[in-house]
Amino acid sequence: MSFWQDPIAVIGQLILDLLHSLNLPEGWIVFIYTLISVVAVASFGLLLVIFLIWLERKVAARFQDRVGPNRAGPFGLLQTFADMVKLVTKEDVVPEKADKLIFNLAPILSLIAVLLIWAVVPFAPGWIGTDLNVGVLYIAAVGSFGILSVLMAGWSSNNKYALLGAFRAVAQLISYEVPMLLTMMIPVLLARGMGMVQMVTVQDTWFIFLAPAAGIIFLVSSIAEIGRTPFDLLEAESELVAGYHTEYTGMKFGMFFAAEFLHAFTVGVLFAILFLGGWRGPGAEEIPILGMFYLMIKGFLGYFVVMWVRSTLPRIRIDHMMAFNWKFLTPVALALLILTALLDKIFAGTALRLPALLGANLVVLALGYWISTLMSRRQAKERTKFKKRPVAKPA
Amino acid sequence: MTVEQGIFLFIGFVILFSAFMMVTRSNLIHAALYLVLVLFGVAVLFVLLDAGFLAVVQIIVYIGAIAILMIFAVMLTRGNVTGEAISMNSVFGWGLLLCSLFGFALIIMLGQWPGAAALAPALPANWNEVSELGVALVSPQGYVIPFEVASVLLLAALIGAIVVARPPQKDE
Repeated sequence: MSFWQDPIAVIGQLILDLLHSLNLPEGWIVFIYTLISVVAVASFGLLLVIFLIWLERKVAARFQDRVGPNRAGPFGLLQTFADMVKLVTKEDVVPEKADKLIFNLAPILSLIAVLLIWAVVPFAPGWIGTDLNVGVLYIAAVGSFGILSVLMAGWSSNNKYALLGAFRAVAQLISYEVPMLLTMMIPVLLARGMGMVQMVTVQDTWFIFLAPAAGIIFLVSSIAEIGRTPFDLLEAESELVAGYHTEYTGMKFGMFFAAEFLHAFTVGVLFAILFLGGWRGPGAEEIPILGMFYLMIKGFLGYFVVMWVRSTLPRIRIDHMMAFNWKFLTPVALALLILTALLDKIFAGTALRLPALLGANLVVLALGYWISTLMSRRQAKERTKFKKRPVAKPA
Repeated sequence: MTVEQGIFLFIGFVILFSAFMMVTRSNLIHAALYLVLVLFGVAVLFVLLDAGFLAVVQIIVYIGAIAILMIFAVMLTRGNVTGEAISMNSVFGWGLLLCSLFGFALIIMLGQWPGAAALAPALPANWNEVSELGVALVSPQGYVIPFEVASVLLLAALIGAIVVARPPQKDE
């Protein structure tokens, strides 16, 4: 295996040989080796953020017919570094009555919650932090740390606006977690397992063809989960106070910011793994670095959709957002889960599997849409019905 | 001492410490956050026992619910969040007595159990705890009746919550 085909394996072997030459006990070698891989994966995620912020600003600028950052470095590539220096040198304000420890822990936890997801991302054949046999559930589990960090930030700021912002955020995050988890279970059903490596290796046909409706619902609820337009009620900077991070300044705010950007791209990567076949592509099995390339392309495709939606759609009103989740996404996701389980068992191994699942998905999506429009029309009619109003009567 | 034993001792210390802190804090939010630490520590213990599925479920079900618990703590209580409340009530003595009795009983029982001091046996090579658990939950030889009873109970709780939360229907 040459370096250019599989650099990670070559470097890993080098480090292992070095550790063995130090004559450490076997347990310590595994421990140190794991520690190094953890640092490598986490640094990859953090370094990616620098590029993502530049990319997002450039793409958003193109959508809005602007140029975007173009002063620092070629194509404004160094803009993010300038911003970072600015954030680091800014005054670090901690409110007098804040709960100091929790206040300082919250931004760290929010970034950790996103970085933890990368531990189970299969970058290429053999390139994975750890292949948990419950990978998909693990992703859902570390998401709860993100929710916790929001509440910690809002409460410890000792600011009513921050606290209310945190409540608002938690309500949204918990609600949209339901359809997201339900649709994440559909690839699990199709793959017959929750491990991320297995998820990729069984996708001879991409799951987006077997479960297109699930893919769409997953992407929509993930956009709500990262709190981006049209679901950016968490922040809504133009009409409400900034939300749970009102009191944060400097790099602490920067950490929330970085966590949000990284989470957006992580959603793209998860979509690629669950529905677009992960690292699979021509020649990826033989040359792992190609697999990494394919995964990044697919991940950026999902990320681009997120950015695209963000710069195109206006913000949704809070009651519409909740109704959309509970009255449309959740029932459709539930119906899809049950139907997929049934059909996939009936047609397992036959040629009818793809058309049956594809058809069922489209039918469920169309039915759900039809019923929800019917309901909303009826509601609109009831709202406009004549109501008796209090009238002033002569005494 | 192996690395695994070191991690176990450290985590055990963290669990005991945060459990103690949790019950003695007068600030409800601090208590909730210590509870998070306790539950996370238990999840780590599950990982050390090669029960990854249980660890992940522990985090989803318990730590995921803590956020809601904190919201209720803030919304439903006034003084308790600012740390002015006392965390002990008048039956403190009885509680302590019962807890110590229960604790001693546990220590004696575990001390007599031969498995307590033994090392965990290695798992078979193609061990899949998730499917083992799934089969055990629905097989008649396993736990199908408790599982179904618990499901019905949860369903009843769900329906009850909807009935309670529903606005009263007007008869017109």
